[in-house]
Amino acid sequence: MAEAATKVFQHLIRFENVGLRYGMGAEVLRDVSFDIPARSFQFLSGPSGAGKTSLLRLLFLSLKPTRGLITVFGKDRSRITRRELPLIRRRIGVVFQDFRLLDHLTTYENVALPLRVRGREESSYRGDVEELLKWVGLGERMHVVPPVLSGGEKQRAAIARALIEQPEILLADEPTGNVDPPLARRLLRLFIEMNRLGTAVVIATHDLGLMEQVDARRMILSGGKLDIYD
Amino acid sequence: MTDTTSGTTFTEDGIAESEIALPRVRRRMAPIVPAQNVVGRALVSVIAIMTFLSCLTLGAVSLVRDTASVWESQISREATIQIRPEEGLDMEAALESASLVARGFPGITSARIVDRAATTRLLEPWLGSGLNIDELPVPRLIIVTINEDYPPNFARLREAIVSQVPQASLDDHRTWVDRLVTMARTTVAIGMAALALMLAATVLSVVFATRGAMAGNGHIIEVLHFVGAEGRFIARQFRRHFLVTGMKGAAAGGIGAVLVFLIVSFWSARNLATPEADQATALFGNFAIGLSGYGGVALIVVLIGMLTAATSHLTVVAYLSDIESRQSDAG
Repeated sequence: MAEAATKVFQHLIRFENVGLRYGMGAEVLRDVSFDIPARSFQFLSGPSGAGKTSLLRLLFLSLKPTRGLITVFGKDRSRITRRELPLIRRRIGVVFQDFRLLDHLTTYENVALPLRVRGREESSYRGDVEELLKWVGLGERMHVVPPVLSGGEKQRAAIARALIEQPEILLADEPTGNVDPPLARRLLRLFIEMNRLGTAVVIATHDLGLMEQVDARRMILSGGKLDIYD
Repeated sequence: MTDTTSGTTFTEDGIAESEIALPRVRRRMAPIVPAQNVVGRALVSVIAIMTFLSCLTLGAVSLVRDTASVWESQISREATIQIRPEEGLDMEAALESASLVARGFPGITSARIVDRAATTRLLEPWLGSGLNIDELPVPRLIIVTINEDYPPNFARLREAIVSQVPQASLDDHRTWVDRLVTMARTTVAIGMAALALMLAATVLSVVFATRGAMAGNGHIIEVLHFVGAEGRFIARQFRRHFLVTGMKGAAAGGIGAVLVFLIVSFWSARNLATPEADQATALFGNFAIGLSGYGGVALIVVLIGMLTAATSHLTVVAYLSDIESRQSDAG
């Protein structure tokens, strides 16, 4: 069904004249219009406080826009009900800047969490989770809890959790913010590989060095306005 | 490229070349809601203590209520006929005649005249020894024993006796029993009020302790929400966890209270002969709280477990709608 939707809607997510303000404050985002085509790869950049995280939250449906139209998988954001939200979220993988791993669960259990909350039997996904963990280089760290993982390992665990459901779109907030350049390059390759396998990728970063490594679309936010360099 | 953190070799695409043989550890998945932490243990303690106190109150109230109902239904096993001395009254003849009437009355098993010697002994503490009872206008008594299964009609008995001996009066101890019953009912009413307050305090402290324990779980709710868990799923996880926590605490408290009842009842049974126990038994029977008491304890335990689960459920629902409303904050 997800594949069918992708075929019908070439744009997974589309923003049209979107504006966002918190409470009565000034607009954080102004007249933002863009779309995320299927299988695309883009960086979202801009100075600190430019609204990157707000834009990501809009993309991830954890915020509603003050004005404008957001279409997610062909559906008007404002018409998505609370019941539909979890189903749509499962098609969007997110890597949070602060990872948001659960400390009382092992790396394996954290990565398996999206499948577990869908009520799937562990036997049906154990192999997939182990394979993915090995793929991100956490094969040996499968049964330890996040507090003993290094920053880079946590980052990879968070990425694995975002990928386990093979989302159609992957959003990553500063995924290389806590790691050294070699590891950052490796994580970037991970995203490129995901993209090659069919996932649209949006990476929010202010790391210019990272962006220079890939010839990809750049979405630059400044002062609440978005400029796109294809 | 070599991964310095794990030592695994990767291709340019980031795929692991050498897969290390992993120990195939098969263990049960950890529960999504962490099993126990300090707050969780505090919650169990609060629930246990409050349940214990509630159950004790319930037991005490049920004890007093049972006793009161016994008092109420119980008619004194004895009644007393008193004959006041009067000028020209032949006391002995009057005593004989009154006891004859009483003895012949249905529902009376025996009537015994308290003789001179016994009356003298009875008055000795007040009037001293060497007393000649005939020199003083002392009322005399007849102790009437009542058939408890077929108690007499006291009004008729009184009439019958007074018609024979106008100076006689019958005391069926009703006034005394009535006062005891009134006292017991008041005690039950106070006990019920105390139980209601106790239960209200239990409900509130369980609700607040549960919410306190839930406060540390906000990030779990959030993560579950963001990985696409449905609200129902999240609420179910917490409900199940807190039902178990609540039942654990409540069961501990309930068992503690039942133990106290058993110990007290054992103690009163063992010390049946001592004056202290006599006094207690006279007031409260044998300290058994009865089936209804134990049933009440079980009910309290179950209710508190359910209350804990319901509170956690509502907290999750509130938290989720809070996340939702934060979404529309911007709008």
